[in-house]
Amino acid sequence: MILDPVTLSVIQAGLQQVCDEMDLSFSRAAFSPVIAEANDRSDGIYAAADGALIAQGAQGLPVFVGTMQDSTRQLIERISAGITPAPQPGDIYIVNDPYLGGTHLMDVRFAMPFYRNGALYCWLSNTGHWPDTGGSVPGGFSASATAVEQEGLRLPPVRLFKQGEMDQEIYAIICSNIRVADQRIGDVKAQAAALLVGEARLNELMDRYGDATVTEAIAELRRRAATQMRAFIADIPEGSYPATAWIDSDGVVNEPLKIALTVTRKGDALTFDFTGSSAPCAGPMNSVRATTLSAVYLAMRHIFPEVPMSAGAFEPLHVTGIEGTFLDAQYPRPVSGCAAEVSQRIAEAVFAALVAPLPDRVTAAPAGTSGNFALGGHDPARGRDFVMYQISGGGYGGNADHDGLSNGCSTIGISKAPPVEIMEQAFPVLYHRYALHEGSGGAGRHRGGFGLDYEVELRRGDARASFVMDHGRSGPQGVLGGSDGAVNKVTVWRGGTPYTPPHLSKDQDIPLAPGDRVHVRTPGGGGYGDPFTRAPDAVRYDVEMGRYTPEQAAELFGVVLKGTPPKVDETETERLRGESPLRGIKPEGRRACAGPSPRSGAWET
Amino acid sequence: MTGETSGAVVGVDVGGTFTDLVELDPATGRVRLAKVASTLDNQARGVLNALREAGCDLAALGLIVHGTTTTTNAVLERKLSKTGLITTRGFRDVLELGRRTRPQAYGMKGDFTPIIPRNLRLEVPERMDATGAVLTPLDEEALRAAGEQLVDQGCEALVIHFLHAYANPAHELRAAEILREIWPNDHITMGHALLSESREFERGVTAAVNASVQPLLARYIRRLTDHLTAGGYAGEVLVMNGNGGMVSASRVALEAAKTVMSGPASGVMAAAYTGRRSGHENLITYDMGGTSTDVALIRGAEPTVSNEIEIEYAMPIHVPMVDVRTVGAGGGSIARVTPAGLLEVGPQSAGAMPGPICYGRGGESPTISDANLLLGRLDPAGLNAVEGGISIDHVREVFARDLGTPLGLGATEAAAAVIRVANTKMAGAIRMVSVSLGADPRDFALFAFGGAGPLHATALARELSIPKVLVPARPGITNALGCVVADLRHDFVTTLNKPLHSLDPADLHRVFAEQAAEGEALIGKERIEIRSIRHLYSVDMQFQGQTHLLRVPLERPDVDTETLQQLFETAYFNRFRVALSDIRANLVNANCSVIGARAELDLSALIDPGERRATLDDALLSRRPVWFASGDAGGDWHDTPVYWRDHLPQGFTITGPAIVQQMDTTLLIEPGDRATGDADGNIIVEIGADA
Repeated sequence: MILDPVTLSVIQAGLQQVCDEMDLSFSRAAFSPVIAEANDRSDGIYAAADGALIAQGAQGLPVFVGTMQDSTRQLIERISAGITPAPQPGDIYIVNDPYLGGTHLMDVRFAMPFYRNGALYCWLSNTGHWPDTGGSVPGGFSASATAVEQEGLRLPPVRLFKQGEMDQEIYAIICSNIRVADQRIGDVKAQAAALLVGEARLNELMDRYGDATVTEAIAELRRRAATQMRAFIADIPEGSYPATAWIDSDGVVNEPLKIALTVTRKGDALTFDFTGSSAPCAGPMNSVRATTLSAVYLAMRHIFPEVPMSAGAFEPLHVTGIEGTFLDAQYPRPVSGCAAEVSQRIAEAVFAALVAPLPDRVTAAPAGTSGNFALGGHDPARGRDFVMYQISGGGYGGNADHDGLSNGCSTIGISKAPPVEIMEQAFPVLYHRYALHEGSGGAGRHRGGFGLDYEVELRRGDARASFVMDHGRSGPQGVLGGSDGAVNKVTVWRGGTPYTPPHLSKDQDIPLAPGDRVHVRTPGGGGYGDPFTRAPDAVRYDVEMGRYTPEQAAELFGVVLKGTPPKVDETETERLRGESPLRGIKPEGRRACAGPSPRSGAWET
Repeated sequence: MTGETSGAVVGVDVGGTFTDLVELDPATGRVRLAKVASTLDNQARGVLNALREAGCDLAALGLIVHGTTTTTNAVLERKLSKTGLITTRGFRDVLELGRRTRPQAYGMKGDFTPIIPRNLRLEVPERMDATGAVLTPLDEEALRAAGEQLVDQGCEALVIHFLHAYANPAHELRAAEILREIWPNDHITMGHALLSESREFERGVTAAVNASVQPLLARYIRRLTDHLTAGGYAGEVLVMNGNGGMVSASRVALEAAKTVMSGPASGVMAAAYTGRRSGHENLITYDMGGTSTDVALIRGAEPTVSNEIEIEYAMPIHVPMVDVRTVGAGGGSIARVTPAGLLEVGPQSAGAMPGPICYGRGGESPTISDANLLLGRLDPAGLNAVEGGISIDHVREVFARDLGTPLGLGATEAAAAVIRVANTKMAGAIRMVSVSLGADPRDFALFAFGGAGPLHATALARELSIPKVLVPARPGITNALGCVVADLRHDFVTTLNKPLHSLDPADLHRVFAEQAAEGEALIGKERIEIRSIRHLYSVDMQFQGQTHLLRVPLERPDVDTETLQQLFETAYFNRFRVALSDIRANLVNANCSVIGARAELDLSALIDPGERRATLDDALLSRRPVWFASGDAGGDWHDTPVYWRDHLPQGFTITGPAIVQQMDTTLLIEPGDRATGDADGNIIVEIGADA
């Protein structure tokens, strides 16, 4: 059957709406604020044969774009191998095993078989981030875990719902192993109900257009997504594009982890070769295969958002060289940092490699850290324990169109940070500052956006602070002559004395007494293009706004300002820009505020 | 609440392109209409032009109700008054940092201009904690210095926004008292004044929007009322708010932010009023214009109101507003074929300039309007009126070249494909809006207005399984009609945030009573006549541990906690199909809207009875071939009668296919549909009734 392109467009929109409605239903009914507010979830439709992505909700968490098809594929393979029981109508499998197509343990996947005329037609699946799945620290982000068992309860695919009824015995096991279990039933029901919504809508779509037409449309849409991606790839000049990105440390061993990437365009395909990346690490900064692939896919989707989300879009993207590296960790390596941090650094490497051939589309590096800060303790005024999470944004990279956005959310996320007032209502803390991280945007023709600068005090009781952040050693990369953004800085003031975590951006269980403070400054985005070509008036405006000092204007941008409010001294600026001793040397020589960079050789091994 | 309104009522709405006016005289039933070009530099000129055009006698008018886009345009174009902010030390960047977001899920580019620039945001020492206890007293000296600095910097308006002022406004009140001594005018907005809820970014932006449009709105209203007075008008001028109610011109600038989304809101109010009179109390409103389409939900003749609306990226205005969602495509949306060979409609739009090809303003991209023209749905004769002298052959050539060739279709099939894809997407978007508000579209009628709404309404209704389409008598002036029929309205939200089991119902009853009394007092201050006062009570609830709220309407305020629990569980199950009786519920907000209903207006003269003809045949303008789809595949040309709306007889029945044309819009009735009229001149199309 040859489908007309119009029916194809209509069915494509129909499949998309099925997924969008699943997303909406899941978020609205969920209890966990991580799902309900932060949209840390995703829903989609996957092929019966191999789990290939058919359609996925537009507002799903980006990092799940590639993991869910891998998770479904592994489930299908286990079923055919007889390891996992075969499905019956009304069954819903639950799985959070990172090594079976996952991310970290907190991302719990549900998968439901979808039947037409008694035969398995496809899978409906969703992922939701549960607030806790057990393990050594509440929330699951242990910076010092050395095995996955310390990170929480690991579930292989089992049928939590059997023919429409929840298996109370499995549920009881789960509840006995996780914190705040009494509220999980709401999330479980919301997650399952979203799949049922999808089932009803997909049935309506197929009843209307006919099974044969929909089947053909799905195949054709996959071919066309591949064609579209190939067309974009063909515009990239043939060649190899190397890049490197660094993770500060794994939280256990204080050494940087290297992501070595060479992107090669040959024909209408791209190969992402990670050969030379660091070996699996002791701490939780390992990535699993599914997350590594997903990070590459989501980076490409940030670059080409026009290409519809479908397995076809991934076909021309080949990932190689991850075996034996920390990007393909095997059991029992700890992995809690893979979704939030490692995936962002992989995306940064992809951006850094492709900005040269695609300078109009790709931005300089964004802050690229989720900025997880957890504070757990006892509040004597309320007579109870508490766990507080603060996520934070950072600057985005400058780009061909404009300066980077300030305090943007993580590359892999779409979640909002909680307001200070809500945090102070809920927890015994007081924020002294929630401000722009001045000077943090990497200098460039279009500068990076600015990070966040906050300082928070424990008011009473006692508590322990933990951090899983990154970019503490080197800032987000500037490109095409732009400077790096400022590094992430954590300072803990205990009894009036500053303490800097040895790993800079990661630490666990730092005891705090009332009056102690945590001060975090998040990274700025990388700069784009030579800062000495930035319009002097744009530099003047940033100084007038107090985002840079007049000294930084001269040093980083070669713009001389005089007076209050500042005015550009054109003669002096021309002289400085023309005669700068920095002219002619590699742009890496001019850094915004970043410390020494791995690219200067400090951590090369 | 004893007013002295007599004489005709005028509703006048300024839109992006046109200023529309309706005059209704309750005594005589006479209706006057006008549509003139908007004068965006000074909207008052357009308003006066409209009054002149309609032949209104200013001295004899009883009431003018005005909808203005002055504040909307100012915010969206950032043409704001120079405004300063004084805030808690350490927090001046809250307005610039936002909530850690980006404009789209994919694509790492994005741009954001804070509503007040950083050099005009100053900090002073002061601090409350979350319970409202003072941690740092207000430094009055620093405050004065900051105020003086902002005056020196040339600020015209001022925001005082302190952390936790919702819990204890003492510092904001004291600061305002001090700064009023040195500030050159009245334009001082306190953060807690419009929105006394936690969340410093949303509250701060709401206050900042209010302050920075206040001088503009005040000036505009003054200019308008001066003109009206000079013209002999002695009555009251009321201005529409985004909640669908109105306030007197003398007080509107105080809470200027509330007018920001008033245009779409008045259209929805007109829909609710028209629908109620017509026996259709549950409506999805569908307002399709040139660049975008607005959708809203009306249940039981009450529009859905939300206090969490974000009018654009990172620009939340958290005051109660009619929940109108923009869902993309408009008549000017451009169709193109993607590199993957798929047809896409929107999101790019040809806008008003150059507009669709058929506007003859130089547009060369195929749009939805052009597709409607090629399919005979818009009158090809209308092209004659176009300045550029565009021929339908030219439109056909563009469709064949840009769409037909890559898709392997002829020009007509390409145009049909554009309509089909656009309708699928719009239907999907409408569906998502209704589902997100917990409603099944099949339980509603589609209320179609705007220039292009009635052209697509029957197809969308079919797509969404909506049984009926309601097209008002004057779809092109719905917003102006909304001004005429709007009520006085005040909304109150009080946060209780208590587990239901520890709530003393007497506390809730007292809150409701206070809200009602405050609203009644405000309505009593207006100088216009009202028929009755209504109260709408509701509570926002959630299960403990949840962050989302579910609004539960209450029939009466004196409920007990068992009833609340029961109502909430039912509402929750209806919405999510999930029963969670083991988990306890929280009552978060108590809401009360106090509505002063004005005298019922007779809308039956919106279509001049003198124009009606005796038979349907007498209303026939012409016949022309119009292309209709048949099911999901293909379609064909049908010889289609075209009727003139004003000439339709009483009690007509039209069987599709048919077109009903009127001055500012075209209604398409598909084969199998049946259309009838009602006493107010509305057309009701029953989808598939004649199939």
